[in-house]
Amino acid sequence: MAKSIDVSDLNIYYGDFLAVEGVSMTIPARSVTALIGPSGCGKSTFLRSLNRMHEVIPGARVDGKVVIDGQELYAPEVDPVEVRRQIGMVFQRPNPFPTMSIYENVLAGSRLNAKKLKKHAADEIVEKSLRGANLWEEVKDRLDKPGAGLSGGQQQRLCIARAIAVEPQVLLMDEPCSALDPISTSAIEDLIHDLKSDYTIVIVTHNMQQAARVSEDTAFFNLAGAGKPGRLVEMNATRKIFSNPDEPSTEAYISGRFG
Amino acid sequence: MTEVRPPKITPRAPEDRPGRAAGTDEDLRRHIPLTHARLPRWAPALVAVLAGAASGLLALSLGWGLVAWAVVGIVLFAVALPAWSRVVENSRAAKDRLVTVLVWAAFGLALVPLVSLVWQVVSQGLPAINAEFLTYSMRNVVGEGGGIYHAIMGTLLITLMAAVISVPVGLLTAIYLVEYGQRSTMARTITFLVDVMTGIPSIVAGLFAYALFVLFFGEGVRMGLGGAVALSLLMIPVVVRSCEEMFKLVPHELREAAYALGVPKWRTIVKIVLPTAMAGIITGVTLAVARVIGETAPLLIIAGFTDSLNFNLFAERMTTLPVFIYYSYTQPGVPPEYGIERAWGAALVLIVIVMALNLLARVLGKVFAPKSGR
Repeated sequence: MAKSIDVSDLNIYYGDFLAVEGVSMTIPARSVTALIGPSGCGKSTFLRSLNRMHEVIPGARVDGKVVIDGQELYAPEVDPVEVRRQIGMVFQRPNPFPTMSIYENVLAGSRLNAKKLKKHAADEIVEKSLRGANLWEEVKDRLDKPGAGLSGGQQQRLCIARAIAVEPQVLLMDEPCSALDPISTSAIEDLIHDLKSDYTIVIVTHNMQQAARVSEDTAFFNLAGAGKPGRLVEMNATRKIFSNPDEPSTEAYISGRFG
Repeated sequence: MTEVRPPKITPRAPEDRPGRAAGTDEDLRRHIPLTHARLPRWAPALVAVLAGAASGLLALSLGWGLVAWAVVGIVLFAVALPAWSRVVENSRAAKDRLVTVLVWAAFGLALVPLVSLVWQVVSQGLPAINAEFLTYSMRNVVGEGGGIYHAIMGTLLITLMAAVISVPVGLLTAIYLVEYGQRSTMARTITFLVDVMTGIPSIVAGLFAYALFVLFFGEGVRMGLGGAVALSLLMIPVVVRSCEEMFKLVPHELREAAYALGVPKWRTIVKIVLPTAMAGIITGVTLAVARVIGETAPLLIIAGFTDSLNFNLFAERMTTLPVFIYYSYTQPGVPPEYGIERAWGAALVLIVIVMALNLLARVLGKVFAPKSGR
C-alpha cells in the first residue's frame, strides 16, 4: 500500500546550522512529486529527513512533524530502522554492494536482515524486482556476476531493483539520473512512470525537463539568501508550476532567470 | 508539459572561423612541431658500457675496490647521459634522464642490503637444512645433529595465540573508532593510546607480561601464553591501525545504501563493511604477524628457552625460533660450529615462514577482494 506523507513546520539542522526552515507540504500517495531548486537549497536534506537517513550524519537533527499513514516519523518510540524498511531510497551515485553478485544485490534487503527465503521465493523476488526495474532482460543470464560489473545506468537500475525488492511504501530518489547518459535516464524515467501505480515517489532533480516529464506535483525550494536556510517557495501541480506559477521567483528559476 | 527539442547544429564552414584565413602569418605562427630529435634506443646502454669501462680503467690504474668502481661508474653515467641528452634532445628530456638514473640508483642501493642479507642467510643456512633438522628437537643433543622442530612449533603456537588474542581486540577497537566513536573524546583518547602503544619497546612488553603472570603464578613463571600476551601487546596497535584505515576506505555510500534498506547498523557493519574491507584486513593482520614473529626480547623473559618440544602453551618453557637463534649463537656449545650452523638454518626457516605468510596474505587478499566483474 502506498502512503501519503504530511510534513508540517519541518526544520532541519546540521549541528547548530539550520539548513532547511519551516517546510510544510503534503505528498500525495501513488504519484510522483518532484523537488527542484538550486544547489544547496536543502532538497536532498529534506528528502533524507523523510526516511530518517538525515540523522546518520553526526550532529544532524530535525524538529517538526512528518506523518505517514497517521504515524509520526520523529516520535521518540519510532525505530528509524523500521522507518527505512517502509521508505526506500535510491541515491545519486549508483552504489551496488561490491562484494555481492547481481542476484545477491537485489536480495540484499532481505538477506542482510537475515530473512529466511525459500530458493524459489527468492528467485521470484529477484525476477519481479529486476523486471520492475527494467533490467531483467539485460542481466538474466549473468545473475551470479558481480553487480559492480554493470554499466552506470544498469547499476542505477539495479539499485532501484534492490530498493523495490523490499516492497517499501514510499520510494525516495535523490537525483537518480544525474550520473547517467540520456538513454539510461530515459529508461529510468519510464521506470518511474511504471512504478507510480504502486509507490509514492519523491524525486529530487536538477533537470527541469525531467521534473516536467515524470512528476504530478512539483515543489520548488530556494535559499532566502547566502548563508540563510533553504525553504519551500511553492508547491503546485507540475503543469501549473511550469506554465503559470504563483510565485515570481519560481518562474524566474524555471525560465532560467535565476534570482 | 514542456517539450525538449534538440538544439539545431549547423556546422560552420572553415572560412567562417576568425583567424583561419589560409596563407596568412597566423597560420605559420600556429605551427608547433610535435617531434624533436631523440637519442637512439641503445644510447643508455652505450653510455653505461662507456662509463663502466672508464671507471674500470681508473679503478685498475689506481687500485680501487669493486665498490668504488661501481660508485664512480654510476656517477659517470648520471653525468654523461643527461649531458648527451641535453645536447641532442632538450633540457626537459635531459632532466627526465637524470631523474630516471637517480631513481634507479636509489632502488639499487635499497636492494643491496636486502639481497646481501638473503644471500648470506640462504648460503649459510641451506647446508643445515635436512629432514632431521626440521623434525627433531634439541633434546639430549650435544655437538652435531639435533633440530629445530621444537622452536618451529613454539614460534607457530605462540604467534597463533598472539593473533587469536589481538585480532578480535584490534578489529573491534577499529570498528568502534570508525563506526561508533567517530570524533568523540573517547575515540580520540583511544587513538592516542594506540599510537603510544605502537612505540612500546618489545622488552617492556615482555616485562609487562612477566609481571602480570607473576601475579597469578608466582616468581619465575615461564609459559608460552605469557609470550603470546607480550606479542599481542605489540600486535594490537598494528592491527587497530591497519583495520581502521581499511574501514575508512569503505565508501560511505555503501553504508547509506544498507541503512536505506532498513538494515540495522550492526548488520551493516558485519555484512557490508567487514566483507568489503576483508582483503585489506587480512593483509594488515599478516603484516602484524610478520612484525611480531621475529621478536626475541619479550620471549626470552617470559617464554624462556628449552631444548625439548612443548605443545602446551599453558605450562613450562617454550622455545621460539628467534630465541633459539640467539642461544645457538651466544652459547653454541663445544665445538661451536654445529651451534652456529643451526642458528643460520633456523634464521633461514624463520625467513621462509615470514615469506610464506606474506604470500598467503596476497592469495587471500585476491580471493576476498571485491570483484569488478570485468
